[in-house]
Amino acid sequence: MIEIAVFVLAAAAVLGGALGVVLARNPVHAALGLIGSFFGIAVLFVDLDAHFLAAVQVIVYAGAVVVLFLFVIMLLGVDRSEDLSVEPLGGQRPLAGAAGIALLGVALATLFLAQGDGDVVTGTPSVIGSLAGGENVALLGRALFTDYLFAFEITSVLLVIAVVGAVVLARTPRRRAGDEQVEP
Amino acid sequence: MTALLATGDPLLAGEIDGGVILLVLLKTLIVFAIPLVLTALMIWVERKVHGDMSNRIGPNRAGPWGILQTLADGAKLFTKEGLIPERADRLVYRLAPYLSAVPAFLVFAVVPFGGDFNPRSDGTIDGTVTLLGNATFLQLFDAQPGILLVLVCSSVAVYGVMLAGWSSGSKYPLLGSVRATAQMVSYEAALGLSLVAVVLVSGSLSTHDIVAFQALPGRGLLPNWNLIVTGVVPFFVFFIAATAEMNRPPFDLTEAEQELVAGFNTEYSAIRFALFYIAEFMATITFGAVIATLFLGGPAGPDLGILPGWLWGTVWFFLKLAIFPFIWIWFRATLPRFRYDQLMDLGWKLMIPLSLGWILLLAAIRSADTVGTDGQRIGYLPAVYVGAGVLLAAVLLQASITVGRRRRELADLEVFD
Repeated sequence: MIEIAVFVLAAAAVLGGALGVVLARNPVHAALGLIGSFFGIAVLFVDLDAHFLAAVQVIVYAGAVVVLFLFVIMLLGVDRSEDLSVEPLGGQRPLAGAAGIALLGVALATLFLAQGDGDVVTGTPSVIGSLAGGENVALLGRALFTDYLFAFEITSVLLVIAVVGAVVLARTPRRRAGDEQVEP
Repeated sequence: MTALLATGDPLLAGEIDGGVILLVLLKTLIVFAIPLVLTALMIWVERKVHGDMSNRIGPNRAGPWGILQTLADGAKLFTKEGLIPERADRLVYRLAPYLSAVPAFLVFAVVPFGGDFNPRSDGTIDGTVTLLGNATFLQLFDAQPGILLVLVCSSVAVYGVMLAGWSSGSKYPLLGSVRATAQMVSYEAALGLSLVAVVLVSGSLSTHDIVAFQALPGRGLLPNWNLIVTGVVPFFVFFIAATAEMNRPPFDLTEAEQELVAGFNTEYSAIRFALFYIAEFMATITFGAVIATLFLGGPAGPDLGILPGWLWGTVWFFLKLAIFPFIWIWFRATLPRFRYDQLMDLGWKLMIPLSLGWILLLAAIRSADTVGTDGQRIGYLPAVYVGAGVLLAAVLLQASITVGRRRRELADLEVFD
């Protein structure tokens, strides 16, 4: 009973936040909607006994990713000057709408086609087994460092590449002796 | 070791009856009231001690020794008119103080503020106290992600500062909040990494288990505190990162009165300002509590008699907690403010690499104790490799920092040519 109430509230937060992201005219309000959505997802994780994932969801997505979004929005000052009626990419709104409807269709089709066979949609234990009753961290850690070690290491290599790329992009090129002096 | 550590609050394991609900309500009240009262005291102590350190008297009008000064200030702020600037984003402007204040309260929910952590007659440590006929932890919520909730709260608190600065629609708050956000996000990394060392040696994320681990008998006269067990370095990293995370001097660039009026909260007044003010000082209390829990054994301590045995945990906890706010006041009275680039250098080039390397070393030392099936110690070789690797990485990092600094200096010289 309580689980259903929590689910409904969290789902409302997720959907409301998502609508806010799409509909808000102000980029900062859109980012706030995104945070609301992430918190809803964290609550859903708790509802599913995935406590560790819930904490990580807030720390990583709300605490780091969206903070950086907001940081860029503030630094670039796009929050006040952006005119949303001008579209930089023609036709992206109808395309995005169509893609969204298609995705919803797939989700609904899976839900209804699998009615007879409950395992398809829910009730399937995750790849690391049921999280209920166990220590999340131990289960996740064991799975990450045994079965999924390769994927884990590849991900860390990917992140290192991203860091190196960021450093290369952010590095100011050194002026050579013959270059013209440009007054700032 | 796991057998020694009780898992989960025994209060909620059994049947939920009226006594249990009463106890939970009582603990909720305590967890709400303690930080609030301590914050009021902290503000007074800070003004008094800081006054003393700069040869002033400090508040001395309201109540004996001015102890009611915070109450007087609070009453004043609560009855003032709250202004909203013309160019403010009204919704976000109203929301921001709560984003600052609510996480400050929440942290205390996972901190064990008492409990009997002395070994029972059968040698187990359960840290429970029997109140109203129920065995219970003196802690509101022994969450599974435990100490991660501290990081959750501090990452939410960033939004309070950031959105307050942005929504004010004015220059100085925006500058202050951009600085603050960069600072808090940078130091959150160091904070999290130094936490890993504690989790590594304690073997659990739960704050209760971390305290129970530290209540185990140590080597010789030394207690088994994480301060010693993790080798001091993570403690200092965590302490400095916490100082930066809550924008206390010498890392108070966010407010930098001489440059930014008052930083992110310049445009705030009345009760909304009071919320920021409370959140800021409450952070010293909650971070003091978190550091005491993580590194100084929290409520773990000997039973010295006189008082009932279960109360000693609480006494030890508050004694340990009080150390850190005092040090932060001392910092404020003595240390000059860091420059922005110095702050970032300290965070990214010293604290983060240091705590990363320290985690690797700790893991290597622990793996050196691994015993194979034939009773031989098999972990030595990996430990030596890791040690050599960390050393090499440290040398490379130092070299690259030196080269970078030299190049920057050369570039500066060229400008003057």
